[in-house]
Amino acid sequence: MIDVALSEFSKWLAATSLSHIIQTTKWVIPALQTIHILSVAVVFSSAVLVDLRLWRLLNRDVPLPDVARRFLPMIWPVLLVLLITGSLLIIGEPKRSLLNSAFYLKMALLAVAIVLTAWLQWSLSSSPNFWDKNQIRRIAGQLAATLSILVWCGILFAGRWIAYTQAG
Amino acid sequence: MLQLQELISYFENSALADNIRENDLLFPLIESVHVVSICLVVGSILVVDLRLLGLASLDRSVSRVSRGILPLTWFAFAVAVASGSLMFISNATKYLENGYFIAKLLLIGAAGLNMVIFHAISARNQPQWENQARLPLQARLAGGLSILLWISVVACGRWIGFTMRIG
Repeated sequence: MIDVALSEFSKWLAATSLSHIIQTTKWVIPALQTIHILSVAVVFSSAVLVDLRLWRLLNRDVPLPDVARRFLPMIWPVLLVLLITGSLLIIGEPKRSLLNSAFYLKMALLAVAIVLTAWLQWSLSSSPNFWDKNQIRRIAGQLAATLSILVWCGILFAGRWIAYTQAG
Repeated sequence: MLQLQELISYFENSALADNIRENDLLFPLIESVHVVSICLVVGSILVVDLRLLGLASLDRSVSRVSRGILPLTWFAFAVAVASGSLMFISNATKYLENGYFIAKLLLIGAAGLNMVIFHAISARNQPQWENQARLPLQARLAGGLSILLWISVVACGRWIGFTMRIG
C-alpha cells in the first residue's frame, strides 16, 4: 500500500519541471552531491571532534564544554544545507531514494544522531561538568561518544549504499 | 615510467584487486570507508583553515588549534589513502584514463605543497603572530587556498563516479 503510494508520488515528483531541470542538466546532480558531501564533512567532523574530546583523545587542554560550544552549534545550520541539497537530489531522482531501504535506514540513523547531538549540547550547556561528575558519568560519556561516532558512520555508509540498492 | 606501469599492472592483476572487482560488497564498503575518511580530512582541516583566515577559534593560537585537530586529520588521511589505493588497484588502467582522477591527485599534491610552503615560510616568525586574531597575509592565503583545494578534491572525487563505469 505504502509502496504503491510512494511509487505514485515518485512518478509525480519526477514529472515536475524542477525534477526535469535537475535530470537534464548534466552537472547539477554531481554538484549537489559535492555540496552535500562537503556539508556532511562539516557536521560529521564537528560531532567526531566532540566525541574524541569525550574520550580524552584530543583537545585535552580545553574544557569539554568549550569544545562542545565551539563545534556543536554549527551542526544545525549545516544540517539545513543538507536538507536542501538532499531534497533537491530526491526531486531529481525520486525513485533512487524514496523506493530504497538504504535511504530510510539513513533517515532513521539521522534521527538518532540528531537526538544524541542535541542531548550532548543541552547537557553541557545546562551543567558544564555533566559528563565529569563521577566515574559512571565519564564512562557514560564515552559510551555516548562511541554511539555518536558509530551512528554518524552508519549515516555515511547508508548514504553511499543508496547508490548500490536503487530500484530499476 | 615503465617500471611504474609494471608495478601498477602487478597490483591490478593481484588476487586482492580481483576480489575487490568481483565481490559485490567489497567495493561499496571500501568506498564508504573512503567517504568517511575524506569527510574527516576535509572537515577537520577546515577548522585550522578558518583559524588561519581569522574566522574561527580566534581565542586560541594557530599551533594550539592545530595540535587539537591535526592528529585526526593525519589519521583520516592515512585511511583515505589506503582505501583510495584499494579502489585504484581494482581498476587502475581505467582510473588513469580518467581526467578527474588525475586532477584529484594533482590537487591533493597542491594541498600538500601549500602546507609545506606555509610551514617553511612561517617557521621563522610564527610565534610572533600566531596569537593574533588577524594573521599575516601568508597565513590567510594558505588557509584560503587550502579550503579551495580541498573543495576541488571532493568535487573531482564525486565527478570520477559520474565519468567512469566500474564493473
